[in-house]
Amino acid sequence: MIGNVIGVLFDGLAYGSLLFIIAVGLSVTLGLMNFVNLAHGAFAMVGGYVCVLLMTRLGVPFLLTLPIAFVAAAVVGIVLERTLYQRLYKSSHLDQVLFSIGLVFMSIAIATYFFGASQQPMALPPYLRGQVHFLGLDFGVYRIFLIVVVAALTVALQYIIEKTRFGSQVRASVDNATAAAGLGINVNRVFALTFALGSGLAGLGGGLGIDVLGLDPTFPLKYMVYFLLVVSVGGTGTIKGPLVAALILGVFDVAGKYYLPQIGGFVIYALMVVLLILFPAGLYGRRT
Amino acid sequence: MSHKLLRTIAFAAAGLAALAPAYAQNTIKVGVIAEFSGPFADYGAQIEAGMKAYMKQHGDTVAGKKIELITRDTKGPAPDVAKRFAQELITRDQVQFLAGFGLTPNAMAVAPVVTEAKVPMIISNAATSSITTKSPYVTRVSMTIPQVSAPMAEWALKNGIKQVYTVVADYGPGIDAETQFTKSFKAGGGEVVGTLRTPLQNPDFSAAIQRVKDAKPQAVFVFLPAGEQGISFVKGFNERGLAAAGIKLIATGDITDDHVLAAMGDPTLGLITSFHYSAAHDSPENAAFLKAYADANDAKLGAPNFMAAAGYDTMQVIYEVAKKLGGNIDGDKAMAVIKGMKWTSPRGPVAIDADTRDITQTVYIRKVEKKNGKLANVEFDKIADVKDPGK
Repeated sequence: MIGNVIGVLFDGLAYGSLLFIIAVGLSVTLGLMNFVNLAHGAFAMVGGYVCVLLMTRLGVPFLLTLPIAFVAAAVVGIVLERTLYQRLYKSSHLDQVLFSIGLVFMSIAIATYFFGASQQPMALPPYLRGQVHFLGLDFGVYRIFLIVVVAALTVALQYIIEKTRFGSQVRASVDNATAAAGLGINVNRVFALTFALGSGLAGLGGGLGIDVLGLDPTFPLKYMVYFLLVVSVGGTGTIKGPLVAALILGVFDVAGKYYLPQIGGFVIYALMVVLLILFPAGLYGRRT
Repeated sequence: MSHKLLRTIAFAAAGLAALAPAYAQNTIKVGVIAEFSGPFADYGAQIEAGMKAYMKQHGDTVAGKKIELITRDTKGPAPDVAKRFAQELITRDQVQFLAGFGLTPNAMAVAPVVTEAKVPMIISNAATSSITTKSPYVTRVSMTIPQVSAPMAEWALKNGIKQVYTVVADYGPGIDAETQFTKSFKAGGGEVVGTLRTPLQNPDFSAAIQRVKDAKPQAVFVFLPAGEQGISFVKGFNERGLAAAGIKLIATGDITDDHVLAAMGDPTLGLITSFHYSAAHDSPENAAFLKAYADANDAKLGAPNFMAAAGYDTMQVIYEVAKKLGGNIDGDKAMAVIKGMKWTSPRGPVAIDADTRDITQTVYIRKVEKKNGKLANVEFDKIADVKDPGK
């Protein structure tokens, strides 16, 4: 019984970590830059395809493909930011939604054209597969890996945003672009870099997520709900918010599906409703 | 608009209308309504590729008529769109056959149209049992979910499996599979120790798999859509050591679809499934089909699966009808030819049941193995002449 609870808790944390990994990039673009970027999944997909193609066609080891996925998605992000996104910073949220959803459909068509509509093969290296036995319980190796990655990622992001000069420039630019520019901050450059960071994180999440989520051209649309769920429940503007939200949603989703399978699929959405009623701005939302 | 222009258009339209029947006499037009884009794009692509393979192998002319395919993309489950396409294809393009239909809702919506127009409609995939009852002009060359689920129950019982846990995706086909499997399994003295229906959007199976593991059944019967769900379940099944705990994984062949099998990778090795077609089926007809498929289609399309085989058989039926009727297609006469038709398909011997117009075929029990370095569904047992038990 206790074993069950620990098992469910562990699986829930691992699933929450996965949710966080695929959504954290969005909390950077949406949360820090206040841009409703529904095309977040498209950048994740870029990372995913980069990982898969490097592994299957060039035989690059999985762990090495992850930083490359980050860089590739960041580059795509920076190019699109300079050419397209920056024109819409001052537009209404509706315009941003329409623009980014359009981008989603284009990315689906492009991926289908080049890679076909089917699932991409993905095999983790042997040392990330299987389970380890500890105190009579079984823990999936890749799930432990996900949790570790999330812990490292959180610390790093928290540090960048709260403690570095770049982080303060980002926060200043978002709060008041005019004043920030007046103080000599190159707001355009800061936004471009922040967007690249968000896109890169999306790409990294895409790469890490394939083993569980799969990868086909409809990826950006299929998992959009999950990205939005995490960011809206967590609140925008922090890294801690989406992290806590993702872990709560993950644990409750797995627990719901394990203990109450008849309504299991519904738990995550019910929880979202409850949390948003209690915390309309998200768990750690900036109250304006 | 000026009167003169209007008159010109009217004349042109009249001219075209007069031309149409004359043109139609030299061709047999087949309207293919299927999913060519969106999440089900593989369905349409596979069906069309199978049709093209048949035409490549047998030539595009039969009984002195040229066969012309006119494709329409429903983009997914869109009954109203499918219905409109059917009406347009019949009235404007004057097609003699309708074919395709990857998804049940689209096929259901078109059935009343073909009843009215008396146009034979050949289902190349949609697998809900009741479709063929919706119109006397509907026939099916693919399969039904109950048709491939019942044999799995029989095989399990025959091989000493008495306790099964079922896990299915919570949608029409999943529930069909669960219902039929449970019925056949219980009828044979088996016990279903637990059932789970998982949401259709379900990225994580850890809870479901853990429940199965805790219940310790002899086997778990699974029906999940091919693609990431199947992959995710099989990976989870292996990762959690269910096989080591003595639990067998059995499923219908959808989960190890030949088209995505390579993408699913080694975790599928040893998986036992029941299905009507495997690309690894050993017969001259299948070898000819695979060769024609490769010749007629772009390599980027990937490996053929049961939908391509059904597309191929769709054309087999159309060619056979055209031959028997000397190229003059009439809806009622065509259906008379189709009822009771028998042929050797790439999947093995098949027949169209004269009463239900549904397909009767051999269902094979297969195991995923490496064959020449590639994953394949290797057949090792079979149950011959299976009719759809859903009717």
